[in-house]
Formats: sequence, structure tokens, C-alpha cells
Amino acid sequence: MKARVFITLKNGVLDPQGKAIGHALNGLGFGSVGEVRQGKVIDLELSGSDAEAARTDLKAMCEKLLANTVIEKYEIEIKQ
Amino acid sequence: MKSAVIVFPASNCDRDAKVALEQMTGKTPAMVWHQDSELPDVDLVVLPGGFSYGDYLRCGAMASQSAVMRSVKAHADKGGMVLGVCNGFQVLTESHMLPGALMRNAALKFVCKPVGLEVQETQSGFTRKYENGQRVTFPVAHGEGSYFADEDTLDRLEGENRVAFRYAKGENPNGSARNIAGILSEKRNVLGLMPHPERVVDDVLGGTDGRGLFQSLIEALS
Repeated sequence: MKARVFITLKNGVLDPQGKAIGHALNGLGFGSVGEVRQGKVIDLELSGSDAEAARTDLKAMCEKLLANTVIEKYEIEIKQ
Repeated sequence: MKSAVIVFPASNCDRDAKVALEQMTGKTPAMVWHQDSELPDVDLVVLPGGFSYGDYLRCGAMASQSAVMRSVKAHADKGGMVLGVCNGFQVLTESHMLPGALMRNAALKFVCKPVGLEVQETQSGFTRKYENGQRVTFPVAHGEGSYFADEDTLDRLEGENRVAFRYAKGENPNGSARNIAGILSEKRNVLGLMPHPERVVDDVLGGTDGRGLFQSLIEALS
């Protein structure tokens, strides 16, 4: 089983990298770009086939290590 | 006063901390490797600056999971003192031994320079030898030192007088919330700060403002 975890900054947490990316895109002529927020994607391969059990594990992984929930939120996507 | 310095892969201020402790206490600290799960019998544990585990995932995130950190937490839970400097502060927040998080500097630049600070709280074993409001200069050297916590946490830190060091007016190098440079734990036995007191204990290094922190520890722990 494969899973993908998306980690992004919580709303309201300043994202200077996102801001810099936005400025750079504006500088390239993409005037339509407003606010930009960046984050990371983590792909995981998991043994087993129980998607619900995997989701529970992934949630624990996010809480314990993958995300810092003081500043970040996460989304879990499971691909069979 | 007996001390230990934790050495993670890619710690790079561990020797600075050792030299400062030797010079200030007259005793050589134990250097403890991150895979050691036992701490020697010490009064103070120092988490040094550096780039532990290459700053993978987030600064301090991997180090917070290392074997030795369980012992460091147990040491703090028993009331033992823990000092985290720079990456050490990041390890302390990632370990939930201190609240909040250290984020990318607001200007996205690595900042390496002496910075003016104000000692905001002298009721602690780390700061008792300073005067309240005393201005000191410590060097900073970090890319991710912008202190962040939610408003309630910031209010609580201030209300409980747990902001030990603040960047002086106009000196905030990284966009830290409320100019916070260093904070104490609830029991006041854990201090995390981004600036480096261990780099200013000898005139030959450009200053001695950091001596007060070590003198405070010596007095508190003797």
C-alpha cells in the first residue's frame, strides 16, 4: 500500500518562503499570482492492506514526527 | 557543578560548550553521544548548537527522537537543569520540553552577527547573576530562529515571567514573536535560546556577556 502525506503551515502562520516564491512568480510576469503557501509531500510505502489501520498509523506518525502540529497541519492520502 | 554536553551527528557547537564549561566551572563536562541512552550523574545537560541530523525534516525533529533525549527528558522531569542553545533550543521545542516552534527567519537569510539582548527575567538558575533589564550582547548564527507560538501561549509565557531573554529594540534578527530570544520551562529548569552565551565567555572571543549565565548556573547548582 502507498500513502502520501501533505504537510503545510497552519493558516495564520507566516510563510516567508511562500511569500518569496510569490514575489519571484510575479517577477517572472505571472501577475495573477496572489498569496503563495508552500509545504512538503512525503510518500510512504506500507506493508499490509488494511487502509483504516494504515490511516490510524499515519495519523500517529504525523502527530509524533512528520508534522510539527504547533505550526503545521497535515492531510493523509491512501493509494491502494 | 557537573555537566554533560550532548553530541548529535552534525552538532558543531559542542566543543564551544565544552570549552566554555571547562573555563567557567573548572571541570570537564561529559560528552554524551546521541545513541547513549544513559546520562552520567550530572547537574546540567547542554544541548549544543549545530545542524543535528542535517536539519532533516525540521530543525531538531530527528534529534528529538534520539535515544539520549529520553534520558534528557527524565533528567528535566526530576528537576535537573537543561540548557539548549540554538539548535539545542530547536531540539527542546521539537521534544515538547518548551512550547512553540522555531521557524525560518523572516528575511529567509542565515543571520550571523552579535545581537543586543535584554535580560527579562532574573528569577531563574540561568539568569540570577544578571540585573533585570540588563543589556547584553550575544552572537546569533542561525537560519531558522524565528520564535513562533500561538497568542495564548505567548501571553502565558509573559504572564508567568518565562521570557528570559528578548532581542533589544530594533535588534530582532529573525522576526521572532514579541522579540523573544529565550524562554524558560514551567518549572524554570529548562532554558532554550537562539543566541550563543557560550561564545562570549572570554575577551579573546570578543565579549564576556555570556559569563553571567554560567555564573548563575554555578551558584544555583553549588
